This record gives sequence, C-alpha cells and structure tokens, in this order.
Amino acid sequence: MAKVSMSVNGKPAEAEVEGRLLLSHFLRDNLGLTGTHIGCDTSQCGTCVVHVDGKVVKSCTMFAAEAEGKEVTTIEGMANPDGSLSKIQAAFQTHHGLQCGFCTPGMVMSTVALLKQNPDPSETEIRDYLEGNICRCTGYHNIVKAIQSAAAS
Amino acid sequence: MYAFEIERPTTVAQAVEALKNEVAQELGGGQTLIPTLKQRLAAPEVLVSLSGIAEMQGISVSEGTILIGGGVTHDDVAIGAMAYPTLAALAGGIGDPAVRNRGTLGGSLANNDPSACYPAAALASGATITTNAREIQADDYFQGMFETALDDGEIVVAVSFPIPEGASYQKFVQPASRFALVGVFVAKYADGVRVAVTGAAEEGVFRWREAEAALSADFSAAALEGLSHPAEGMIGDMHGSAEYRAHLIKVLASRAVVDMA
Ligand SMILES: Cc1cc2nc3c(=O)[nH]c(=O)nc-3n(C[C@H](O)[C@H](O)[C@H](O)COP(=O)(O)OP(=O)(O)OC[C@H]3O[C@@H](n4cnc5c(N)ncnc54)[C@H](O)[C@@H]3O)c2cc1C
Ligand code: FES
Ligand code: FES
Repeated sequence: MAKVSMSVNGKPAEAEVEGRLLLSHFLRDNLGLTGTHIGCDTSQCGTCVVHVDGKVVKSCTMFAAEAEGKEVTTIEGMANPDGSLSKIQAAFQTHHGLQCGFCTPGMVMSTVALLKQNPDPSETEIRDYLEGNICRCTGYHNIVKAIQSAAAS
Repeated sequence: MYAFEIERPTTVAQAVEALKNEVAQELGGGQTLIPTLKQRLAAPEVLVSLSGIAEMQGISVSEGTILIGGGVTHDDVAIGAMAYPTLAALAGGIGDPAVRNRGTLGGSLANNDPSACYPAAALASGATITTNAREIQADDYFQGMFETALDDGEIVVAVSFPIPEGASYQKFVQPASRFALVGVFVAKYADGVRVAVTGAAEEGVFRWREAEAALSADFSAAALEGLSHPAEGMIGDMHGSAEYRAHLIKVLASRAVVDMA
C-alpha cells in the first residue's frame, strides 16, 4: 500500500492505495467521480481521458500512486462555477456532438487540451488530435462541428 | 493484475538500488507495461517508477549531438528536439496525444517493440544509449524482437543522437494500433548514409545496408531503383504479408530520399 495525495478538480484527495490501483478506478470508486468512463481498459478508446497537470492522459493507463502531488481534472471539473455548461460542453450539446454520450467525457477533456494548445485548429488538426478518442456511435462529424464552433466562439 | 508495490525514487542511484531486488522492474510511462500487467503477462512484485527522477529529464544540444533524458516523454521530445526536426516529428507521430504525454524515450528503447518508431531513429542515427552502468552503441543495443543489450535492472538514463545533415522518417501507419506497419528512417551524415527499418522484420529494427551503400554513393531515389528487399524474415500477419512489407521498405526509403531533396 502507498499513501497518495493529489488535487482533484481543485480539492485535496488522499488515500492509501494498492500499487496496482489505476487512476481511473481511484477516481470512480474511491472518489465517486463516475464521469470518467472505462470503455476498453486497453489504452485504445480514450473514454477515460483526464488531465494530469494540465495534460491529457488515459487514466486507465496510469497508476493512482503515480499521481502523487499532481493536479487532476476530470469532466466533473469542467462546468462553470455556477454549474452551467462550459463553452465546450455547450457546443457539444448545441451541435449534437454526442449520441449515447459514453465517449463524451473523454472527447470534452481532449478538446479542452487541444484548444488550449491550438485555439484555432483546422478540421484535420482536430481529427488528428482526437486520434485516441473513439466514439462507438461514430458521431465524429458532429463532434468535429462542435469543436469548430467552440473554437470560433 | 497481480498485486505489487510501487516505489518512487528521486535519483538514478536510488532506482538502481531498488532494482537490485530480483522481483522489481522499471516503470517508465507505463504505456506498454500497464497493458502487459493487465493481461497478467508479467508479475513483478515491485515497480520502480522512474518518472520522478530529475536526472532522467531534459534535452540539451552540444557539438552536433542532441542528448535526451531516458525519462523524457514523447510529447516533450516533439516540442523540445527542434535541433533534430525529424526526431521531433517522429515523437509527435507516436500513438495519440495521451500516449505521448506518458510514454518515454527510455521505455520505448527498453521495450524494443518490433514496430516501434524510436528504435529506427536510434539505429539510423548511430545513437549512443547511456545506462546507469555504461554506454551502448545502437548497433550493439538492438538484439531482436523485444530483446536489447540491457541487463536486468539496467536503466536507460539518456540517449545521444548525432544530428545528421538531413533525415526523413517515413511511417506507414497501421491504423488500428497506430504503430508502424513499416517505418524507414534515412539519415545522411558527412561520412555516409544510414537506413534503419522498423515494423518489417521478425528480428525487429535493422539496417538496410544495400540501400546505405547505394545512397552513400549517389544520394537519389534513382540509386534505389535497382534494389529490392527480400521477403525472408519479414513479418507476415493479417495487416500485411511478408512480401508486402518487403515491398514497402523500398517504397518508403525512396519517399524518404525524395522528402529530403
Ligand atoms: C495506443 C498506443 C499507441 C502507440 N503507438 C506507438 C507508435 O506509434 N510508435 C511507437 O513507437 N510506440 C507506440 N506506442 C508505445 C509507446 O510509445 C510506449 O510509451 C513505449 O513503447 C513504452 O514506453 P513507456 O515509457 O510507456 O514504458 P513502460 O510501458 O513503462 O515500460 C516498457 C518496458 O520498458 C522498461 N523500462 C521503462 N523505462 C525504462 C528505462 N528508462 N530503462 C530501462 N527500462 C525501462 C519497463 O520495465 C518495461 O519492460 C503506443 C502505445 C499505445 C498504448
Ligand atoms: S478505458 Fe482508457 S483508453 Fe479506453
Ligand atoms: S456518442 Fe456514443 S460513444 Fe460517442
């Protein structure tokens, strides 16, 4: 067991964890933050994407113990302070950038990171960046439209 | 996953000490090791995390070589290796952004996946792999599929790449895995051309010496026209036959030369 402490969505989180505990399970099971989804558990689908120190990572492919001292942000940390949808989340809603919604948390987390790095991405750059985010409903066209509209607004 | 403990040393010396334990193993970015552990294909009792070791970070350039820490992530190479643009571009083409934010140069070279990108860069550049114990030339380092010259518990601390006059990496992406179905790295130095091929051979990354000789004598796509790589020893699977891969080697090598013109 290892003691780990990190900040999750701006709040301190501390626990005794087993070495093999994945960050995805820590977020969902220990903290009850079930917005981070587990789609494949094999590093392929990106539904588990969160930010660690501002960078996208697949939380199913990182141990909780390795997030020691880090700032973790999940989809639960994305809404505006008053609880309303953030610009990117609202764009997904407006442009029907989701069907079943299973991939949406990962898509939103990746989009936030993309637009931080490249505020005005081309369609190709958007599709490139989302290479590791798979939508099983194949709703890619509207996802790209949502991201283009969020970038423009 | 079987149970294990994670240790988080902050120096190479501490990590080396922790790895003297026979049941301990290095943890780099975990982008290969964690999926392996999930499948119960490995059962270390202790993982020694290398990501908190400052000595294994950083990129520096001097006297025509670029030195990159073994713990530097693919994304940091993509951004930070401007002195060797082909290497930076190769790093920026590995997997996807989330994989690049965790996966490391040292982890990729230690793993030596037969379809990985960095081994081609290291071999074509005649890189030197610095471990906690010694320096290993790339020509001696790669020893077959998933096999390297590393001993148990030996850590890739840094890698130095001589910067070529020109280089190009042509990756034919296998879209499902995002690894190279075949990748060819051509690097042109004052004393000759080196050509390394990944993704193609059962023995892993290798130098295509015939092409090196032809290109060292005449650096043009025409110089490759008369050559063809044999299909023996090439990987054949559902994504491509051995003949197809052999054919791609020449096509990609030619593209690399054209790209450098
Ligand atoms: C979806 C996906 C796509 C990918 N696409 C590509 C691709 O296109 N091209 C490509 O090249 N790779 C690709 N990879 C692999 C990726 O680059 C890995 O990050 C890399 O191969 C392993 O590096 P790591 O730091 O994550 O090492 P780990 O997974 O932590 O470790 C791998 C092995 O190396 C050992 N090790 C780790 N660090 C060191 C060190 N410093 N010294 C000695 N031993 C060490 C470990 O004990 C383990 O045996 C992909 C991976 C995924 C999940
Ligand atoms: S659940 Fe992590 S990538 Fe699919
Ligand atoms: S909306 Fe269903 S998985 Fe993407």
